[in-house]
Amino acid sequence: MLKVRNLESGYGDLRVLRHVSLHVNPGEIVTIIGANGAGKTTLLHTIAGLMKARSGEVLFNGSDITGLAAERRVLSGCSLVPEGRQLFADMTVHENLILGANVRYKRKEHEMVEGVLEHVYGLFPVLRERLGQYAGTLSGGEQQMLAIARALMAAPKLVMMDEPSMGLAPLIVKEIFNVVRRLREDGATVLLVEQNAKAALAIADRGYVIETGRIILQGPSEELLHNRDVQRAYLGRDLDSETKI
Amino acid sequence: MIWEPEYETMAREDLEQLQLERLEAVLSRVYMHVPFYRRQFDDAGIEPDDFRSLSDLGNLPFTTKNDLRKNYPYGMFAVPLRDVVRVHSSSGTTGAATVVGYTENDIKRWSGLVARVLTAGGVTKDDVVQIAFGYGLFTGGFGLHYGAERIGASVIPISSGNTKRQIQILEDFKSTALVCTPSYAMLLADTMYEMGVDVNALSLKYGLFGAEPWSEAMRNELQSKLNIIATDNYGLSEVMGPGVAGECLERKGLHINEDHFIIEVIDPETLKPVVPGEVGELVITTLTKEAFPVIRYRTRDLTRLITDECPCGRTFNRIEKVRGRTDDMLIIKGVNVFPSQIERVLFEVEGTEPHYQIIVERKGALDVATVLVEATEEIFFDEMKLQKGLIDRINKALVHELGIGMDVKLVEKKTIERTEGKAVRVIDKRKM
Repeated sequence: MLKVRNLESGYGDLRVLRHVSLHVNPGEIVTIIGANGAGKTTLLHTIAGLMKARSGEVLFNGSDITGLAAERRVLSGCSLVPEGRQLFADMTVHENLILGANVRYKRKEHEMVEGVLEHVYGLFPVLRERLGQYAGTLSGGEQQMLAIARALMAAPKLVMMDEPSMGLAPLIVKEIFNVVRRLREDGATVLLVEQNAKAALAIADRGYVIETGRIILQGPSEELLHNRDVQRAYLGRDLDSETKI
Repeated sequence: MIWEPEYETMAREDLEQLQLERLEAVLSRVYMHVPFYRRQFDDAGIEPDDFRSLSDLGNLPFTTKNDLRKNYPYGMFAVPLRDVVRVHSSSGTTGAATVVGYTENDIKRWSGLVARVLTAGGVTKDDVVQIAFGYGLFTGGFGLHYGAERIGASVIPISSGNTKRQIQILEDFKSTALVCTPSYAMLLADTMYEMGVDVNALSLKYGLFGAEPWSEAMRNELQSKLNIIATDNYGLSEVMGPGVAGECLERKGLHINEDHFIIEVIDPETLKPVVPGEVGELVITTLTKEAFPVIRYRTRDLTRLITDECPCGRTFNRIEKVRGRTDDMLIIKGVNVFPSQIERVLFEVEGTEPHYQIIVERKGALDVATVLVEATEEIFFDEMKLQKGLIDRINKALVHELGIGMDVKLVEKKTIERTEGKAVRVIDKRKM
């Protein structure tokens, strides 16, 4: 579904992504794990069209979208749930959701949006309960659900999520990851960027490890969970103390 | 049956994407963690970041057996030794040994890749697999063992040697698949005939042979003598061990596990790629190994690439049965000769046993090769005329196959030493 080849991008003189290649197959949950500043968000932003690629290509369902504007990418079925939710706090849950369908309204697809809205409320009953409430008054977990739901309003084929667990209590994180699982059962394909490597690898089919703008490892989640470098760097396993005799 | 159809039947385009991703990751890792590769790349003025497409692989320097030796024992490891759960050593067929390592993940992947090869060769979970490869520093025994166990077959880890006991277990344990070198399979077959074992009463169905070059004629012989389907599989410890490539039941070349290995075929003299489909030296890059990745490793094995579609459904390209090693190649009277070619000739000539040895000596400035051939008893005890006729026939067939004749000497049955591992086909007295 998504193919990225040798993607390079950055800010000014700063080369953040050096050359990243990855792919996501339909129906998969794929995660990108890495430390702060490794280039995870830059990667998602470049795929979403919020940042320009310096070189390389992004193929979505076989067509080259590297030069496409961000909203055209949303239309072609590629949505982003941004880091830190980025909700409109002074607007209601319902209004936030409707904004998520902005690109569809522009195309006069009102009827389709109605259907999608119903479906989204079905996936997140708690949002239906709070549809008139201001987004700013929701709990952290509910806000994250709203951010995900808003992305779903554009009826995407691929949902990209940037650190959905950020700032949430462990129990809520679990709930959010359950939502991601449900999305896949619902037919969505997910590209998930996470610092919480353990939780991400637990639900993902495959993963990529990014370090200083390069992919240094990739493979089935099961394999990455058993890789010692991943354990040391991202899973908090202190192998050095274990090997002391 | 196909063990991992999601990979083994991949569309070429998806495979190339996966290869690119894995190659970029392994290049970054070796550059970071293996001083040898960092030096190699730096000397060639290449940064892993300059890598753009699979065809850029051709710009990277080769790695040779000598490089591995110079970094003996652990210099080529890309992970700290504490992450290594297993160490193997090359069989040292030629020269000093080399050391290779495996992480926990490497062992798991290895098992899966051998499972593919075994499945391609007909083995299922219902089979009883007799593994007559040596267990030890040699990768053959453990590699095949893991693969068979992964499939869920019943594994008999008998290891190599003790031919009579092998035969007893073949009979009593009702082994359905035999795993060993082709030359040892031949020895088992011959011994069974001598002992009067009824081969047709055995449960044996499949033979999965590897670790040395063998001819098509030898395959036919083994298939009919043991009443089995015999497939070839390929690997070398420097790259992983068995599981790099293996034949499917079509028996028309070995499918390479291309999602884990990229192969190239080069001219060993010019080091340039040969015209696709031509014979040359096999060069392998590992894509997923953690402990011991190799970049453009020169195997010294000679083969050619087959890209035709295979009726079995696997999309992985194939290599032809390995013809020999570049260092087994003899130059006799200016002609390149491989032991496997001589083997093919001997199978075609009636009255010989498929046991032979080639002695190479230096006489003055000339290399002289003598082929020792075991003759059947009838011929050997008959008058000289029959023997001379046989020698003539062999010589004629050699001239036909190689373009040159060689000295042929008939020897009595069983004078040539039998081995339980890799057969010794060439004795090069020039180096002694």
